[in-house]
Amino acid sequence: MSNQPILEVKHLSKHFDGNGVLKDVSFTLAEGEVIVVVGPSGCGKSTLLRCVNGLERPDGGEILLDGARIDAGADLVQVRRQVGMVFQSYDLFPHMDVLGNLTLGPVQAMKRPRLEVEAEAEKALERVGLAEKLHALPRQLSGGQKQRVALVRAMLMHPRLLLLDEITAALDPEMVREVLNVVLDLARDGMTMMIVTHEMRFAEAVADRVLFLEGGSVLEEAPPREFFHNPRTDRARQFLDTFEFDAVK
Amino acid sequence: MQDLAVLFKGNNLARLLGGLGVTLKLSLLSVALSVALGLVVGALMTLKNPVVRAFFRLWLETVRIVPQLVLLFLVYFGLAKAFNIQISGETAAVAVFTFWGAGEMGDLVRGAITSIPVHQRESSAALGLTSRQCWQYVLLPQAARRLLPQAINLATRMIKTTSLVMLIGVVEVLKVGSQIIDANRYDAPQAAVWIYAVVFFLYFLACWPISLVAGRLEKKWA
Amino acid sequence: MDFDFIQRFAPMYAKAAGLTLRIGLIGIALSLVVGALCCLAKYFRVPVLKQVAAVYIELARNTPLLVQLFFLYFGLPKVGVKLSAETCAITGLTFLGGAYMAEALRSGLEAVDRGQAESGMCIGLTPLQNLRFVILPQALATAIPAIGANAIFLIKETSVFSAVALADLMYVAKDLIGMYYKTDEALLMLTVAYLTLLLPISIVFSVWERRLRYAGFGGAVQGQ
Repeated sequence: MSNQPILEVKHLSKHFDGNGVLKDVSFTLAEGEVIVVVGPSGCGKSTLLRCVNGLERPDGGEILLDGARIDAGADLVQVRRQVGMVFQSYDLFPHMDVLGNLTLGPVQAMKRPRLEVEAEAEKALERVGLAEKLHALPRQLSGGQKQRVALVRAMLMHPRLLLLDEITAALDPEMVREVLNVVLDLARDGMTMMIVTHEMRFAEAVADRVLFLEGGSVLEEAPPREFFHNPRTDRARQFLDTFEFDAVK
Repeated sequence: MQDLAVLFKGNNLARLLGGLGVTLKLSLLSVALSVALGLVVGALMTLKNPVVRAFFRLWLETVRIVPQLVLLFLVYFGLAKAFNIQISGETAAVAVFTFWGAGEMGDLVRGAITSIPVHQRESSAALGLTSRQCWQYVLLPQAARRLLPQAINLATRMIKTTSLVMLIGVVEVLKVGSQIIDANRYDAPQAAVWIYAVVFFLYFLACWPISLVAGRLEKKWA
Repeated sequence: MDFDFIQRFAPMYAKAAGLTLRIGLIGIALSLVVGALCCLAKYFRVPVLKQVAAVYIELARNTPLLVQLFFLYFGLPKVGVKLSAETCAITGLTFLGGAYMAEALRSGLEAVDRGQAESGMCIGLTPLQNLRFVILPQALATAIPAIGANAIFLIKETSVFSAVALADLMYVAKDLIGMYYKTDEALLMLTVAYLTLLLPISIVFSVWERRLRYAGFGGAVQGQ
């Protein structure tokens, strides 16, 4: 890990219709580090991710990517070529086959030679166990397969940073594992990631650090072992309890 | 520009507005008849009987493919010749527009009815609603929301299409405009451009508010 | 029914059908161009052009083609702008059709999920690349039924051009009725001529629409 963090978020704030969605959020992310953001619905997790690649404009504070500000007036197209993002709803392009989905960004946005990209795409698909789906259309894939393709699509841009926004939330339970295994592989390969998820076991396994967000503020920032087994705040404890079934008793 | 003054000469403006009245009367009558008939036609269109389906399909394709002006000629000139009955241009117009409107309206009604998901009916039955209550509180309100904006759009199309009736001799706003222009051919040679512009805006003023309402409803209920 | 008469004048109808079809097709092509320009002005929120497009669309959609045509053909020459009947016809049809095509394309664009545009951005596409590779192909597929309905609507509307003495199908029929009083034959041929022109178009578009819907990203049929 170098000294210069890949991502620095300083005093970030964001309002929708006068409601504060993010309030004074600050944290840093070093190269090769995985940060997991957890918190109850509506706590601002997704908005935070969307701010980091410019899908939402922050109202205050700064976001620095490799030391350069990416909020006010930055070339967002350039920023997005360095920051990959995968959504809950996969959002594969339905009118293109898998290969078309994978090569569009590298070929059109990065102007790389098509043949080279196609070879790389094939290899990457093989790694996630989808080699035979090269020419399938998105509607012919299962949810888990679509999401793996979406991950590969983001990775083929060779991003500095990958953002994952609840990528297993729309999946059937038996498909969650196949997708999360891909993410664990990426983490092992040293990919820098910022992950929003409701899968607490996965969060504990993949995270280097956990950010607990509630009401738009960071209430806790800790290593996963500490956060999941020994949360400092009552709010975090209550939140974690909702994932335990005996809490209902 | 001074030729626009023709509009305010004598009773010209009153005549032009009277013409607009004829336009609106014909369209509103046709719209009212189309809506009434269309509700029945639409209900019939949802039937599964193949003969009934084929019949309505043929009707719908006919009014969609044959230009309204051709239909007007068929009824106004064709009927007169074939059965030796002389009907007025206005009667022919209302007949044709209703034939067209009822077909289109029927299809909109059919679309609205079939768009309601089956489970809406099932879940209201599960709540213990009677069949009547189910229609009154659950199905009809949903169908109406889908239907109303489209039906209003159809109404503006019918108003616009009434401009054709001048071509079968009905004196409506466009015809009155032409008459005014002809009568002032020498003392106001440029009147044509102004009078037709005025007719253009009269139509716009008649149709635009209706379109706005339809657009508003569509957005609200989408 | 006088079949000799029908045989004698059928070529006249064929020629008129050619004119109707030619003007209709030119009008449809230009309408698509105008519609696309309006749609892009709105999509990219180009200042001024966006408002111009909005006003134009409302004006064109809420006035009858016949009135637009009378203004162009009988009105404008009085202030020194003389256009041929054919130019008026094409101009009028494009004025009307452009607005309808703009609406069809807009509904197509709106039907494309917002996530699609965001995904395109996230793989680093420029706004123009995003439009070309991701959004437009899907928007067009959704808009096909509405574009088809508009195309048929525009060809039907050409029937009013007889009113400005353009020798189209309607004009020939009126002529024959006036000259020979062969109303039945003239009207029969007129109807057959329009059916011959429009039925194939209608069938092609409905087959196309069904295929698109099968492909999984088609949309509902839109009225005009």
